[in-house]
Amino acid sequence: MMLGPIGFTAPWLLLALAALPILWILLRAVPPAPIRRRFPGVALLLGLSDDDTVTDRTPWWLLLLRMLAVAALIVGLAGPVLNPQDDGEQAATGPLLIVLDGSWAAARDWPAQEDLLDAMLAEAGRESRPVAILRLTEPEAPNFQAAETWRSRLSGLAPSAWEATPGTMAEAAAMLGDEDFETRWFSDGLARDGRDRLLSELQSRGPVTIYESPAPVIALAPATIIDGAVQLTATRARAGTPREVTIEAHGRDPSGTPRMLATMPLTFEADATTATGELSIPAELRARLTRFEIAGQRHAGAVTLTDDSLRRREIALIAGREDREGLELLSPLHYLEQALIPSADILDGALIDILPANPDVIVLADVATLSGAEQSELLEWAEGGGLLLRFAGPRLAASDVSRDEEAPLMPVRLRAGGRTVGGAMSWGEPKSLAPFPEESPFFGLEISDDVTVSAQVMAQPDPTLASRVIAQLTDGTPLVTRKRIGAGQVVLFHVTANAEWSTLPLSGLFVQMLERLAVSSAVALPDLSEMQGTTWQPIEVLDGFGTLNDADTLPGVDGETLITDPIGPNLRPGLYEGPDRRLALNVIKDDTTLSPATWPANVPVRGLARPPEAPLGGWLLAAALVLLMADILASLALSGRLMPVRAALILAALMAMPQQGEAQEQDKALAAASEVVLAHVLTGDSQLDEAAHAGLRGLGETLYFRTSVEPSQPIGVNLEEDDLALYPLLYWPVTPDQPIPTAEAYVKLNEYLRTGGMILFDTRDANVAGFGASSPNGQKLQRLARPLDIPPLEPIPEDHVLTRTFYLLQDFPGRFTGRGVWVEAAPADAEKVEGMPFRNLNDNVTPVVIGGNDWAAAWAMDETGAPMFPVGRGYAGERQRELAYRFGVNLVMHVLTGNYKSDQVHVPALLDRLGQ
Amino acid sequence: MSTVAPLRARAEHDAARLPPLLARAEHLAGTVLLGEHGRRRAGLGDDFWQYRPVQAGDERRFIDWRRSARSDAQFVRQREWQIAQSVVIWVDAAASMRFASDPKYAEKSDRARLLALAVAILLNRAGERVGLAGADLPPRRGEAQMMRLAEALVKDGADDYGHPQSSGMLPHGRALFISDFMGDIAAARTALTGAADRGVQGVLLQVLDPAEEAFPYRGRTIFESVGGTLAHETLKASELRDRYLARLAQRKAELQSLCATTGWQYGLHHTSDSAQSALLWLFRAFDGGPSR
Repeated sequence: MMLGPIGFTAPWLLLALAALPILWILLRAVPPAPIRRRFPGVALLLGLSDDDTVTDRTPWWLLLLRMLAVAALIVGLAGPVLNPQDDGEQAATGPLLIVLDGSWAAARDWPAQEDLLDAMLAEAGRESRPVAILRLTEPEAPNFQAAETWRSRLSGLAPSAWEATPGTMAEAAAMLGDEDFETRWFSDGLARDGRDRLLSELQSRGPVTIYESPAPVIALAPATIIDGAVQLTATRARAGTPREVTIEAHGRDPSGTPRMLATMPLTFEADATTATGELSIPAELRARLTRFEIAGQRHAGAVTLTDDSLRRREIALIAGREDREGLELLSPLHYLEQALIPSADILDGALIDILPANPDVIVLADVATLSGAEQSELLEWAEGGGLLLRFAGPRLAASDVSRDEEAPLMPVRLRAGGRTVGGAMSWGEPKSLAPFPEESPFFGLEISDDVTVSAQVMAQPDPTLASRVIAQLTDGTPLVTRKRIGAGQVVLFHVTANAEWSTLPLSGLFVQMLERLAVSSAVALPDLSEMQGTTWQPIEVLDGFGTLNDADTLPGVDGETLITDPIGPNLRPGLYEGPDRRLALNVIKDDTTLSPATWPANVPVRGLARPPEAPLGGWLLAAALVLLMADILASLALSGRLMPVRAALILAALMAMPQQGEAQEQDKALAAASEVVLAHVLTGDSQLDEAAHAGLRGLGETLYFRTSVEPSQPIGVNLEEDDLALYPLLYWPVTPDQPIPTAEAYVKLNEYLRTGGMILFDTRDANVAGFGASSPNGQKLQRLARPLDIPPLEPIPEDHVLTRTFYLLQDFPGRFTGRGVWVEAAPADAEKVEGMPFRNLNDNVTPVVIGGNDWAAAWAMDETGAPMFPVGRGYAGERQRELAYRFGVNLVMHVLTGNYKSDQVHVPALLDRLGQ
Repeated sequence: MSTVAPLRARAEHDAARLPPLLARAEHLAGTVLLGEHGRRRAGLGDDFWQYRPVQAGDERRFIDWRRSARSDAQFVRQREWQIAQSVVIWVDAAASMRFASDPKYAEKSDRARLLALAVAILLNRAGERVGLAGADLPPRRGEAQMMRLAEALVKDGADDYGHPQSSGMLPHGRALFISDFMGDIAAARTALTGAADRGVQGVLLQVLDPAEEAFPYRGRTIFESVGGTLAHETLKASELRDRYLARLAQRKAELQSLCATTGWQYGLHHTSDSAQSALLWLFRAFDGGPSR
């Protein structure tokens, strides 16, 4: 039975409420019980009769109190449940088809969807309904099975990085069969063609319910470069209130580690579906970008990968002849510079200086001879993937380079002298270009007639020559030749880079040829003709959640499909590598628009979130109990049995509770300030906190017996409320589920660390994990410590002052014997002093010590001083515990005395000075 | 450890035999005795009272030669009069006295016994003989009598209300009645007139609990006597208050008039007041009574 959102498990009990008025009358009729009193004066009372024979009635408010108590009892026993989850009651039979859009847009709400799905399957299992799940991204004929079977496979379901197409939806509609079933469709909230047809097919077989998250999908379009800045555009499916999203730019840092390089806010104006912003970052940084994503949107549409199009290539221009100052137009590099500057970064300088910068392209204009070192380094660079672009010229023609045998850095052998045609002193006409052969990278470029060549260097006929020519003149002489060297190549233009020998550098064809050679980067997608016949290998692909995975196992893709086909199971979004460039294939294209799904009015649409089922019976019974207690008090008060003084005392005691808490707070600070107190951070896990407390108690006892440090009882510290300045050492055990402190707490912690406090982080997992982020505790530690102001760390060096503040130690075991204990790194200039066994290390107390040996467990003592946790086995275990205590003693000594022991290094000098 | 515990237990047991009542009464009496002196007349006694000239009939051995040598006349050294009176005390031991409305007040019986014993100690020190009404403990002097008094006083009676006894009173002696006089007034009247007939004069002290004066009760109540023999049920105790107080005032008036006719002194003491003031009043009443 349901009353609004409240259902009852035993609704018949509610009939008992009808008895309440009878109870009212009964209670009213019966006066309160008399009190028996001893009273010597009764002798004087004998014979006195009551004036008023009517008894004291029970007052109406007491009656009401009792009625309420009884009513609460009855309703509580009737088992009220808020939001009972048996909404499938009306159609609890027949097969159930669950349709999942399963696209990237569903990835954001996938956990909620999974929970709801799990609940639905559990319910269907209880009602023994056969269930089938149909994923529109990968339609398979619905296979009705027991719900439990699907439930066990639920965790294997993941959203795809692509979305359903009209084709797949038609395919799914064709697979439905003739059987009738109920349909529940988990929509991703985006409009899509072909959906209406599928919906009508489903409706013809049974009721359809849509489950859809009301939050709009936000996606990120590919980044483009406009005027040197990265332009980013986010789109959303539904225009609405203004909203700000943060775009994160991820890339590699100089050492190659992936990390976030920049963030940028984007603001959707009200009633706008797109938001655009510019991210201006240095070209050097831009070259390292790998992807942009919208923070907090966990789906593939919020990630856009970058490829070579974002990179500005670095091109080094080197000319052999720079002696003709002032003749700009005759400079061999002038036309190259003009062609390249818009799309590339030009490097100038000596070849040897430029090579370490690893430019993408090196242009040698009329450079004939290279020194041995230059040649070998250039060769190495080219083998690593560089493109060496050489232009001929008078020097090259006059030199002996590649004359008798092919030079490593020349594609062909050259004849001496070259040739001149069509000049004043020669016969013939200047030659024009022949059409480019099909295998040439220039294939498809239009040849203009005004490109003529009047002089060139000539290639020696060789068996390999034909395969190396990629452009030739109408008479068949090679104009451009190419040779692959390792991963790189060397390309020779047989003419000069200026207009001396040909008009090629003056033409637009020159620029196009450079583009085709990938000298200058192509900003636009390569066009179809260029992609024909190429095969692109996926390197990394996105899954539905927008995470990048290796794509080693996926087959290569045809260049044409890469351009034309929609993203699907055979063409996943990701990064593809082609012959000479990389191409990013993103879920969202430049022209993609998102629009919200619209459903016919007769289809119920529900949200993904279900209000949790909350049984109210317990609360009502508790309320009844409280009311009955109040009734006891009230009855007592009414009959005079309750002394007002006592009632006041009880009330006062109740009201005094919070004040007691405050007083405790003060006591805590007082206790901490008047003695040396070791403190541990309260993690919220009471068992762990107790262990930490016992550990510090044990350490305190040890310190008390062995050293002049006499700490009092340890204190658990609440980072949010307590003043940290009172504690010299904070022991912080790490659990995966402890709450992250607030920003204010971090301010306090940083202040604490800067003013000489020390935190001992203990991940307590050295038995199962080495130090690092591999364990859940380690990951939690990283998240806990990220906002902390922690200096660079290093594994504790052998001569760290912590190894000798009280005991001489080299191992720092706790309950476990992991070796990795990290402390603040020594300064780079720390050096060993003559005659001292240790270096002159930093002057400070390390602000953090990080390890995972569960020291508190090794230190822990109960009230009687007996150890609480076993450590190791037998004598070795006791030894380990002893070493753990020694580590603790050293640690506290280090905190309290700082670098005192380290200062021993100065003793000889001090003695020396005293002697004088 | 094995021998200390029994020893301690025995010691405690022995110590308990000394009635704490006696100790408290001694203490109370000690506060009163300060500043009070003899009977202020010549008589038999140890203390010096005055020198007077020798009169006819004085034996020679009474002459104080040391005083006489300083003058021509002869003087006799008189001592203070220390003739003992017999004082008979009756303390109500009935159940009605064992009542205290609040733990912070003493029970009426406790207060009555304390006052009686303290008065007895004072009188004993003043040389009077003190005894209890009835035949059990005739008036005597001495510390042993105090011991016996204390033992006799702590016995509880079985009755619900006590009746004053005039038996065992010596003619022209003194008497002290301490009770709440809640029971039948006729018994008190008989006792008092009987005593007056024998020339016994004395003091009548009514001890009441504050609750008995205030009647702070409300609601439906069954009032029971302490012994449980009497009970009275009321539906609204608060309405009885005025009539009860009227009856109580009437009872007090009756006692006062009774005292007036018999020449006794009437005193009222509440257990909420200090015992010392009551003791002072009692001692004065005896001291300045008919002898004045």
